[in-house]
Parts: sequence; C-alpha cells; structure tokens
Amino acid sequence: MERRTVFGGRLLPAVLILPQLLLTGFFFLWPAGEAIWSSLTRQDPFGLGSTFVGLENFADLFADPLYVDAILRTMLFCAAVSALSMGLALLLAVFADHEIRGRAIYRTLLIWPYAIAPAISAVLWLFILNPHVGLLGRWLNAHGVAWDYTINGGQALLMVILASAWKQVSYNFIFFLAGLQSIPRAVIEASRMDGARGWYRFRTITFPLLAPTTFFLLVVNLVYAAFDTFGTIYALTHGGPGKATETLVIKVYRDGVVNLDLGSSSAQSVVLMAGVIALTAIQFRFIGRRTAG
Amino acid sequence: MTHGRTDWLAHAILGCGVLLFALPVWLVVAGSTQESGAIARGGLSLLPGLDLSAYPRVLTQGSMGTAPVWHMLLVSGAMALAIAAGKIVVSILSAYAVVFFRFPFRRTAFWIIFLTLMLPVEVRIIPTYAVMADFGLINSFAGLTVPLIASATATLLFRQVFVAIPDELVEAARIDGAGPLRFLRDILLPVSAANIAALFVILFVYGWNQYLWPLLVATDPGLDTIVIGIVKMIGVETQTDWSAVMATAVLALLPPIVVVVLMQRWFVAGLTEGEK
Repeated sequence: MERRTVFGGRLLPAVLILPQLLLTGFFFLWPAGEAIWSSLTRQDPFGLGSTFVGLENFADLFADPLYVDAILRTMLFCAAVSALSMGLALLLAVFADHEIRGRAIYRTLLIWPYAIAPAISAVLWLFILNPHVGLLGRWLNAHGVAWDYTINGGQALLMVILASAWKQVSYNFIFFLAGLQSIPRAVIEASRMDGARGWYRFRTITFPLLAPTTFFLLVVNLVYAAFDTFGTIYALTHGGPGKATETLVIKVYRDGVVNLDLGSSSAQSVVLMAGVIALTAIQFRFIGRRTAG
Repeated sequence: MTHGRTDWLAHAILGCGVLLFALPVWLVVAGSTQESGAIARGGLSLLPGLDLSAYPRVLTQGSMGTAPVWHMLLVSGAMALAIAAGKIVVSILSAYAVVFFRFPFRRTAFWIIFLTLMLPVEVRIIPTYAVMADFGLINSFAGLTVPLIASATATLLFRQVFVAIPDELVEAARIDGAGPLRFLRDILLPVSAANIAALFVILFVYGWNQYLWPLLVATDPGLDTIVIGIVKMIGVETQTDWSAVMATAVLALLPPIVVVVLMQRWFVAGLTEGEK
C-alpha cells in the first residue's frame, strides 16, 4: 500500500533512517559477510594467513558424522519442544476461551510465564529434577528410578526438552487464545445448532479455523527451539553429557568460542543462516497468501 | 445442562495449567527461606521457612564469587531499558522515514532492514564478536546493548501502524502548517502510544532475558547481568549456597514478571497484532 500524502525533503528522511542502517550494517551485514567469507577460507595452522578453499569447509562439515548427528538431534529437539508446548497451550487456550467464572484471572496466571528467561527456566527445573537437590529427581531415585541427567544422555535430552517447552507455553497460549477469540461467534453458534459439540466441534470446525495461527506458531516455535534455547541448554548441561544435548547452536558456540575452530564454526553459522532464511521465507510466503486471499 | 460438567472440566484443566507454572516458582520462593546445608542434603521442601536472611545476603555481598546481586540487577535493568528505549526510538524514526517520505533507495533501505530479521545473534556468533573487538566494544556497556538495538521486527510493526494512518489526517496537519517533525511529535506518537507500550514490554523482557550475548561480549564480572550471574552460581559443583541461588532466582524473575503483569492489556494486544 502506498501513501498519497508524503512530506518533501531528502535530508530529513536520510537522517531519520541513518541510525537503523548504521546498526544494521555494522552488527548484521558486516558480520554475516565475514561469516560467509571465512566459511570459504581456511586458516593455516600458525594463524599467519588464510587461503580460499571454496566449499571445502561445507564438504567437511557434512561428511562429519558428529555434525550430521547434531542436525538430527536438533530436529528431534525442535519437534519435541514445538509439539509439547503448542499442544499444551492449545488445550489451555480452548478451555480459557470458555465463558467460566474467573477466566480473567486464569488468563493472567497463564500469561505471566512469558517473562521467564530461558536460562532461568533451566534454574527452576534444576530444583525439580536435579538428582541430589531437586524435589522430583530425589523422589525418583528414592523409588528405584536411576535418574541423573548429568550422566544419562537420554535423561538430559528429556530434561532440556521439558524446560524449553515449559517456558514457551504461555507465548503459544496468548496466540491460540487470540486466534480462538477471532473466530466469529456466528460460526460457532451455527455449528452448535447443527448439534456439533465438544471434541467433534473442535476437530471439524475450530481447529481448521485456527490453521493460520497454528502454522504461524509452528514456525515461531521451531525458530525458538533452534536458537533461543541456548540459555536453557547451556545452563543445564553445557550440551552434555558427552554430546547428548548438543544442538546446532550449542555446537557453533563450543566449536567457535571454546575450541576456536573458526572455519568450521563459520560454515556452521552460514548453514544456520540458510535455515533461518528458509523458515522466514516460508512464513512470509504463507502470510502473503493469507492477506491476498 | 451440560454446561455444569464442561465448566468443571475447564476449571480442572486451567487449574492444573496454573499450578504447572506456579509450582516451580513457588519452589524457589520456599527454598530461598530454607537453610543451604539442609537443601544440599536433600531437604528441599515446598513449605517455606521463616528465614529471609538470604535476600539481604545476596543483595549486598553476592555469593560464590559473583558481584552483589543489587549490582547485577542494576546492569540487567539498565541493559533492558537501554535496549527497549533504543529499539523503539530507532525503529520509529526509520519507519517514519520509510512511510512518510519518498527518497532514492527507499525500497533498498527497507529491504536491508528487513534482512536483519533473518540473522539472529545465535547464527553469527564469532564474526559479530570479531567486529565488536575491532570497535573496542568488548567488555563495555555499549557493547552489551548497542548491537541488540537494531531490530527489523519493531520497524515492521511501526511501519504497519503508520501505513494505517489515514491520508486525511496527514493532509489536515499539513494545512495547519505542521512540519514533518511536529507531525511526528504531536500526532504520530500519541496515536501509536498503545503500540509503543506493548513493544516496550516485549523488548524489556527480551533485553532482561539475554544470555548468549552478554556471555560473549562481557567477561568482566562488573558487567554481569542477573541471568549470567545465576547461571554462574549453579555452575559451581561443590559448596553451592542453594538458598542464595534461589533468592537470586526470585529477584531475577520479579522485574520482568511485574512489567508483564502490570502492562498485560497492551502487551497481549500488541503482541498478537504485531506478529501477524
């Protein structure tokens, strides 16, 4: 949509937009360019210079079974976090949409967890599931379940999935509730008169009408699980034990910042960028279609 | 008739949901009043004690080698406010330029901003660090905040708001002799007040909750945010002062929760409008 009335002048708009462009240039485009450049070069062992090696870093990366493992692990993690947090949020939103007593209070009590930092959610879960200190962790051990996520990789993965999904429920809840409230009352009334109710009405009427919200949230949740959970995972397990909870972002951090392998870390960054660009493109294509149709 | 039964079911499910979020937080509130040694021996309980001494202790002294908590809260607060205010100002100005002016490369500029949407910090850790080092911004408050101020989401949101403003309003302001800056100040800002409030909540929480970025650019303990500090505290394997960890967790949770709850109405409307 183009605006008919505009202000004249060229200097003023340039001055207004300059801060944003400078920030973008220095802290986004330049680093992204550097990442692409160093993903195509290799440092010599003495750090004296670098040579252009084309796509060799990428070839090495995908030939590395550890990297392929990390990709699969990240996909499993993202799928589990998204499914858990969206499923629970949808359940809560459907019932919070009912006209019951105290629903404003319920909403507030389900929205505030939005404020919890991913790294803090790790701390909260530690007090539940830590085998020595945690309430539930101790109980499990006392009842014959050998629960210790600092040794057992599968348990560690389960724990970071739970902590990550838990933190994201209220975000999804806000959107599902808004989606439910935007369904026209007339549609619900009509289906009620046709005798559709309960689970049947939800499955045939409500859920299909929520599809745009669900799809939007799916993309947001995948991006959240892939990137924003760094704090949760790093605080709880540092990616361990071994590599049991090492997602792609944790791996970039470990390889680049801890092990200083710049070529590989940059190639990994470029792969992640491609992933985000693909997800964003899918989302915008979809939203574009929605506003057009 | 069937209403009674579904109401009962709704209360049960929503009640469980509320508990699922409230209990873990209640656990740290209760734990912060218990004795560290007892917690370490496995005596953590949901029943609070009466001992509030962990709070003044962590606030003034810190624990296990971290800065005092009051200082970390100050860094977090300053960081969250600087990021929220910075992002809002920068985005309003750039969205205003893109919507209300015609200038060469306007579309290019917009697309450059839009691109940043696809480049979260997490995917460009090392090169961004290198750029920061070139600018001498490592271990500085500017380094902690300025790179997080550029934001495509906020610019897109304000663009959406501004595009929806009727041409007649702009026309009327011009006939009254209002220049571009007066129009921005007297009409555009008041009209978008609700959006600004909503965005403030989202960005404050975003800034307060940062972990990876401060971990990367600020190794100086004097720049530790509360989130960084608490993760450091649980990283100590032996001799962890558990009641101090829990008191710190409570203090870290409080400010963003207060902001979200107090501004809930604007926040929810702004979030669901903005993202779509």
